[in-house]
Amino acid sequence: MFKTFVKQQQVLLLKLLIHGLSLYFLVSTFYLAVIDQLGGDPVEALLHFTGMGALNLLLLTLLVSPVAKHFKWAKVMQVRRLLGLYGFFYALVHVTSFLAFEVQFDWPLFVEEIIKRPYITVGMTAFAILIALAITSISRIRRRMGKSWQTLHNYSYVALLLAGVHFYWSVKSDIVEPLIYLVVSIVILALRKDKIKRWLVANN
Amino acid sequence: MLIKTPKTSEFTDSHVTDENIYLNRRHLLKQLGYIGAGTLLASASQSAKADWFSKKQESFTTTPLKYSESEMPDTQTLTPEAKVISHNNFYEFGTNKSDPIENSQHFKVDPWQLRIEGECEKPMTLDYDDLYRQFPLEERIYRLRCVEAWSMVIPWVGFSLRDLLAKVKPTSKAKYVAFETLYDPKQMPGQASRRIGGGIDYPYVEGLRIDEAQHPLTLLSVGLYGKTLPPQNGAPIRLVVPWKYGFKSIKSIVKIKLIERMPPTTWNILAPHEYGFYANVNPTVAHPRWSQASERRITTGGLFARNRIETQMFNGYGEEVASLYKGLDLKANF
Repeated sequence: MFKTFVKQQQVLLLKLLIHGLSLYFLVSTFYLAVIDQLGGDPVEALLHFTGMGALNLLLLTLLVSPVAKHFKWAKVMQVRRLLGLYGFFYALVHVTSFLAFEVQFDWPLFVEEIIKRPYITVGMTAFAILIALAITSISRIRRRMGKSWQTLHNYSYVALLLAGVHFYWSVKSDIVEPLIYLVVSIVILALRKDKIKRWLVANN
Repeated sequence: MLIKTPKTSEFTDSHVTDENIYLNRRHLLKQLGYIGAGTLLASASQSAKADWFSKKQESFTTTPLKYSESEMPDTQTLTPEAKVISHNNFYEFGTNKSDPIENSQHFKVDPWQLRIEGECEKPMTLDYDDLYRQFPLEERIYRLRCVEAWSMVIPWVGFSLRDLLAKVKPTSKAKYVAFETLYDPKQMPGQASRRIGGGIDYPYVEGLRIDEAQHPLTLLSVGLYGKTLPPQNGAPIRLVVPWKYGFKSIKSIVKIKLIERMPPTTWNILAPHEYGFYANVNPTVAHPRWSQASERRITTGGLFARNRIETQMFNGYGEEVASLYKGLDLKANF
C-alpha cells in the first residue's frame, strides 16, 4: 500500500523534500550565524554557504530535464520550477547578506565593488538573470510570454556558467573545487548541445 | 534595593576558602577562563556542518607561559581566544578557515629546531626549550589585518626578532631575512596534496628587509593569550609583523636565513600582481579583486555585529614604521 502511495504521490513527496531540506539548511545556518556559533567569522561562512547552495540548486534544476528524459519520468519535470526558485532564493540571500553583513549597508562601497571587481560583476550578472527567470516563472506571465519564455529561460545556462566563473574567480588559490563545478556545468550543457546549437543558429 | 552590611564577626570569602585556593584565585580564574574558551570552541566546531560525522578528537595541549605584561595595551577590544584559534589561514592544514584547527591537533612541536644562518658571524640553532628560555618573553597586543579584509586584535607572547638577530651578528652583506615553514607532508596534509593545500608550492617562504626585521615591533611569537601557541596559529614559533598583511607573518618557522638579495615569497610567486613583497597594509592600494579601504573586525556579536571599520595606513602603526619607507613608491611596491 505504501508503495502505491509513494508512486502516486512521488512528485508531492519530492516537493516536500525540496522545501524541507532547502529551508532547514538555510534557517539553521542563519540561526547559528546570529548566535555567533558559525565559526570565527559568521559572515564569511554564511556567504559561502548561500553561494554554494545557490550554485548546487541551479545545477540540480538543470539536471531535472535530462533525468526526466533518461528515466522516462515525465512527472519529475513538475519539481523543476520549485528547485529553480530555491536557487534564486539562496542567491537572493547571498547578495542581501553581502550588502547587509559584509559591506554593512555602505552603499557606495557596495556599488563600487559590483562595478570595479570583475568577479562580483560576473556574480551580479548571474543574479540579474535569475531575477528575470524567477519573475517570469509565474504561470500567468509564462503563458502570456508564449515562445519568448523559452528563449529567456535558456539564459539559465548563461547564469550557471557565470556563477561558476564567479566562484572560480573569488578564491585565492584553491581552484580545484570551482574547477569541478565548471566541468560539471559544461557536462550539463553538453547534454543539451543540439538544443544550444539550434538556439545559437536561430539567434544569428 | 537590599544592601547587606556584613558584621565584623561574619566570615568573608577569604575565611571560608582554603588558603591555597584563595592565594591562587587569580590563576584559577584564568584557568576557568581557559576552560570556558575551550567549551565555547567545542560547541562552535560541533555546530559546523562539516563536523556532523567526524569524531571528537583530543586537542593539542598548550601550556601557560611566564612573560611580562604588555606595556602599551591596545585599547581596542580583543578578539576572543576561541575565534583566534578557530579562524585561521594555514593552508598546510587545509584552505577553509576551520580546517587548521581540525587537522592540526596531532602536530608535533617538540622536538623542534629553528636554524638561524646565512650572512652572520654566529649562526645558531634554537631547540624547542630555547624558544621559551633564550629571550625574556613579553606580551604584545597587536592588530592583525588579513589581506582578505578582516582583522583581529590578538595578545601575542614572544620576543623581538631584533634580539635574536643581534645574537647571530649579521654581516654587512645581510640585506634581507628569509623565513621558511616546516616541510613535513606526513603531518601537514596540505603539503601532501595540492588539492588540500590550495595549489601552493611548499614549503611556505617569506621575507623581510633587514631594517624591517630589526624593527622593534617585529615579533617572534611563541604564544597567545598567555599560553604556548596552538598548531593552527603556527606553533611553536611564528613571525608577527603587525603593519603588514597577515600572510607575511609566517608560521611554524624552521629556518631564518640572512641574505644579500630579496628572497622569493610564497604568495608573490603564486600571484605576483596581487601580492607584493612588501605587503604593507595600505587602504589606498586595492587588491585587484577587492577594496582594502575598510575591513571587518572580528570580535563577538555574531551576524549582526556592526564591525566594518576604516583600514589605517600601516594598520595604524605608521608613527613607528613609516620612516622605513621614505622615498619608496608604495603603490608600485605594494
